[in-house]
Amino acid sequence: MIETFELCKDFKDFRAVDRVTFTVMPGTIFAMLGPNGAGKTTTVRMLTSILKPTAGWARVAGYDVVAQPTAVRALVGVLTEQHGLYERMKGEEYLDFFARIYDLPPEVRRRRPRQLMEHFGLGDALDKRLGEYSKGMKQKLALVRAMLHDPPVLLLDEPTSAMDPQSAKLVREAIKELRREERTIAITTHNLIEAEDLADHIAVIRQGRIIAHGTFAELSGRFVGAPLMELRLTRHLNGAIDTLREMVTIVETGDCWLRYRTPDPALTNPQVIRRLTGAGLDIVTLSEVSRTLEDVYLQIVAEDEGTASHGQPE
Amino acid sequence: MASLSERMTQDRVPLVEPDGQWSRAAVARTLRHALIITRREVRDSLRDWRIMTPIFLLTLIFPLLANEMTRIFTGFFEDNGAEDLLPSLLPLMPMIVGFFPVSISLVIALETFVGEKERRSLEPLLSTPLTNTELYLGKSFAAMLPPLLASYSGMAIYMGALILGEQQWRPAPLLVVQIVLLTTAQALMMVTGAVVVSSQTTSTRAANLLASFIIIPMSLLVMLEATIMVQPHRRSLLWAIMAGVLVAVILLVRMGARLFNREELLGRALDQLNLRWIGRTFWQGVRGPAGEAFSLRRWYRRSVFPAAWGLRGSAAVVLICVTGAFVGGWIAAGQWRIPLDQFAANDKTLLDNLRSWFDLGQDNPHLVVLALAQNARVLLAATLLGMFTFGVMGLVLVAVPFGILGFILGQVTIAGLSPLPFLLAVIPHGALEIPAIVLAGAAALRLGSVVTRPPADLTASEAWLAAAADVVKIGVGLVLPLLVLAALLEVTLTPRVVEFVLTL
Repeated sequence: MIETFELCKDFKDFRAVDRVTFTVMPGTIFAMLGPNGAGKTTTVRMLTSILKPTAGWARVAGYDVVAQPTAVRALVGVLTEQHGLYERMKGEEYLDFFARIYDLPPEVRRRRPRQLMEHFGLGDALDKRLGEYSKGMKQKLALVRAMLHDPPVLLLDEPTSAMDPQSAKLVREAIKELRREERTIAITTHNLIEAEDLADHIAVIRQGRIIAHGTFAELSGRFVGAPLMELRLTRHLNGAIDTLREMVTIVETGDCWLRYRTPDPALTNPQVIRRLTGAGLDIVTLSEVSRTLEDVYLQIVAEDEGTASHGQPE
Repeated sequence: MASLSERMTQDRVPLVEPDGQWSRAAVARTLRHALIITRREVRDSLRDWRIMTPIFLLTLIFPLLANEMTRIFTGFFEDNGAEDLLPSLLPLMPMIVGFFPVSISLVIALETFVGEKERRSLEPLLSTPLTNTELYLGKSFAAMLPPLLASYSGMAIYMGALILGEQQWRPAPLLVVQIVLLTTAQALMMVTGAVVVSSQTTSTRAANLLASFIIIPMSLLVMLEATIMVQPHRRSLLWAIMAGVLVAVILLVRMGARLFNREELLGRALDQLNLRWIGRTFWQGVRGPAGEAFSLRRWYRRSVFPAAWGLRGSAAVVLICVTGAFVGGWIAAGQWRIPLDQFAANDKTLLDNLRSWFDLGQDNPHLVVLALAQNARVLLAATLLGMFTFGVMGLVLVAVPFGILGFILGQVTIAGLSPLPFLLAVIPHGALEIPAIVLAGAAALRLGSVVTRPPADLTASEAWLAAAADVVKIGVGLVLPLLVLAALLEVTLTPRVVEFVLTL
């Protein structure tokens, strides 16, 4: 479990993280989204007890990040923003080095790196120098390093950056598998599709502050409005459209289609269907217009920019 | 087949050890972890031809060349009838043979500390349960071991060739021990200095530029050692140099261990001088908390007096040092006697001299300014010297006058003269001057030494700026007023008191 409360970090006169509060429960994935320099990496570094918060507190796996840093770091697996591998080492040596640091027993030290590497399709690369690895291989190795000591909490900074689609999918599946094992996972990413696919909770961070957080459904409901439905018919709606206006909010109409918003599709859609079929209209399709996290994210950032610019003196 | 997580969970081991507990097991753990780092770093160095080539050349080739040079020198000196000089000059050779490989420790240290930071491979390490001490020790060992081994090997090859060769010169065993220890101390100093330099930079380029702060003092040190080495009767001074280097190493280790921490390493983004921040932090430190209108009373109450109280530890050190200097001066007076007893018969002359001086003071109020300027100049010099010597030289400068006082008082007492006039020549103004000196000395000591162990909640630069602000606050708010009053008393009251006593 990860808990933060009013977490702040100042670098001299610059506030990098500003009163960040969130909780990540075991078995969930929490995604931090935001532009470069938003404070995501600084937050991760505070959660890893690398940087000390200027104010506020954070607990990771039940340990305070300031008072019990060694315990926190022992229980956290971190994938850093830059993989930072030692290019002259071989994969096997590299993982053995970290396994020794984590005090893994010799038998585990011999077995686990190979298991993990094989799982990520790097079994054959154990004997290669890291300088010979591709970008994606390096990223996967860094992920293996983060998982090496079987941590209950994982902090993953851009977990699939530089990976080919196949490898990225593999990594995403691994992360989902780790979630099923009740591990607490926090990721930072620019990849909105990935965040949408993985995250149970999302926080959008801008200029050190969390400007919005919640599940994807909550965020999209709050920032891009009620779900948008698209209805397609075999012929023109004619007067039937007026009968729908009292039930839903019509957004757009065409010859044989219309789009409407409704806060509760499960309740409204059957009524719409009944009304239209009652009026003798044949429905071809009724579906929700998909809204991506990108739409939501851009709307959140735009709204925050608007608020910020309104708040500034002329 | 079990899932990935299931397989991992089967191997789960206890991971948590309590923080901050020091026991034999904790020390063993620290050393074990440090050696894991050392092993990796040494292995990495051994795989780098840019490090290995010079080490190889300096270890195997250079000693043989040095041996050949020794043979040529020996022949040249003998041919010219100057063979008596050989025992003085030849010991320089093993010193040089030992020093060159050791100088590589600086390169490795900069590479291992700041190079890793630059390549971003440090953060994964910092994310592990390794403590700052384990990282610091592991990397320091790694920077020292290959060059030191190369240095010892080089010296062994050189000595071996001497012993097995035809040359007559054989270095004395004690000299060999001195050279080996000096070489080791130099390696320690370069590595500990490199850690301090590395912590202040984010790139190897900047670190290499800053390395001149290590290379220049090291070059001066080697020149000093060479100067002593060629004077066999003064070679015992090399032990003193070794002790001095070890003290510097201890201070650098203290400073490095404090600076080599996660916050300093990753909190520093750019090697940029932020003058605005420096100015604002310093001014806030001098003025006190922002947001309130300045009031002299509040400034003293909230800013100056708390700062002075905060110096009590440093003031105690200064007091111990000045007392030690005074006692040392007194003891020295017993060993180096001045025939002061002659003055006993010439009290009238002394009195006349004093009177003319008092009269001069009466006619010349500028003496107040002179007395003030003299004290202020010494204290300013102590502060400046202390800044560059971890406070040590500042402390010396403050303590020396007390040593002289002790020496004079010792001479007076030994000569059987009454110490009363002498004491009365110090006490009236000294009652204000001595506290001012102790305060200023304490502020200077803090300014010089604070970087070796800044308070836990401040970075080194923040701590230094706070100490600099304290120097100004205490200097202006307490020391200067005390010195002004002391100078007034020194010129007006003290002479009258002495005159009165002498005429009794």
